[in-house]
Amino acid sequence: MIDGLAAASIACALVAGVACLLQTWRDRAVGVGLLAAAGVVEAVLLAQVIAAIVVVARGSHADQPVNFVLYLIASVVALPVGVWWSLGDRSRWGSGVLGIACLAVAIIVVRLGQVWESTGGSTGG
Amino acid sequence: MEAQVDETRSVDETRPAGPAERGRGGSRTAGGPGRILVTVYAIFAVAACSRSAVQISTEFDHARLAYLLSAFAAVVYVVATVALARPGAAWHRVAVAACATELAGVLAVGTASVVDSAAFPDQAVWSNYGSGYLFIPVILPVLGLTWLRRSAARERVADRPARESANP
Repeated sequence: MIDGLAAASIACALVAGVACLLQTWRDRAVGVGLLAAAGVVEAVLLAQVIAAIVVVARGSHADQPVNFVLYLIASVVALPVGVWWSLGDRSRWGSGVLGIACLAVAIIVVRLGQVWESTGGSTGG
Repeated sequence: MEAQVDETRSVDETRPAGPAERGRGGSRTAGGPGRILVTVYAIFAVAACSRSAVQISTEFDHARLAYLLSAFAAVVYVVATVALARPGAAWHRVAVAACATELAGVLAVGTASVVDSAAFPDQAVWSNYGSGYLFIPVILPVLGLTWLRRSAARERVADRPARESANP
């Protein structure tokens, strides 16, 4: 996998997640700012999916291919579902939901890296 | 006829959030902090389902007991997620049952995995009290049951004036 993109998506997801939890603490509902932050994270995640497809098409492969594909799908599905569920409650708790979704995305991307090279598979590519 | 109209109006006034309003606005269980609870339960439902599906389909013979327990945990998480998100007394009871099953399961499997670690060669969701998942599996049912008790108590308070004025 492309380490830079993975690190960028983890960092973006963590920043967005902390911003969401901060808004929860400040008693603010999900606004344009948080939605934009979630959009940025989702854009980086989509770029990562495209990069992963390119890398796999060039002949590299994950150490745990099934898990890799599942985590890849989960990484791009989590935020849209999280945004939908958070907008159902226009209170601080909606922001909390989005925050949890962002933190979950960060964990998913960490796991994505682990199942890609559990034995150092990508160093040769 | 006029008395009928007056009665319904007084019922409406003394009932800030009756069952009809809750039906439109979503359930109380899934509102407020409960919405975060449903989020975490949903994450665990998806994670446990996909994990146990992969484990059972690719390496079932490696650790049958642990994988079957993971599959059971996955079912419990799905039921708990749906029940917490749905309004109504019946779903409330299902949610309590699911959370109680989850708590009993994580305590039983956690203890078994510590006492007899040979029976758990691979991590299940509930082994070692969910240590592979930041101990969230053992915290979650406690939060769930606490939240269900609180939301049930609030619903009783909200419904009481409506019942009193409806039955003079």
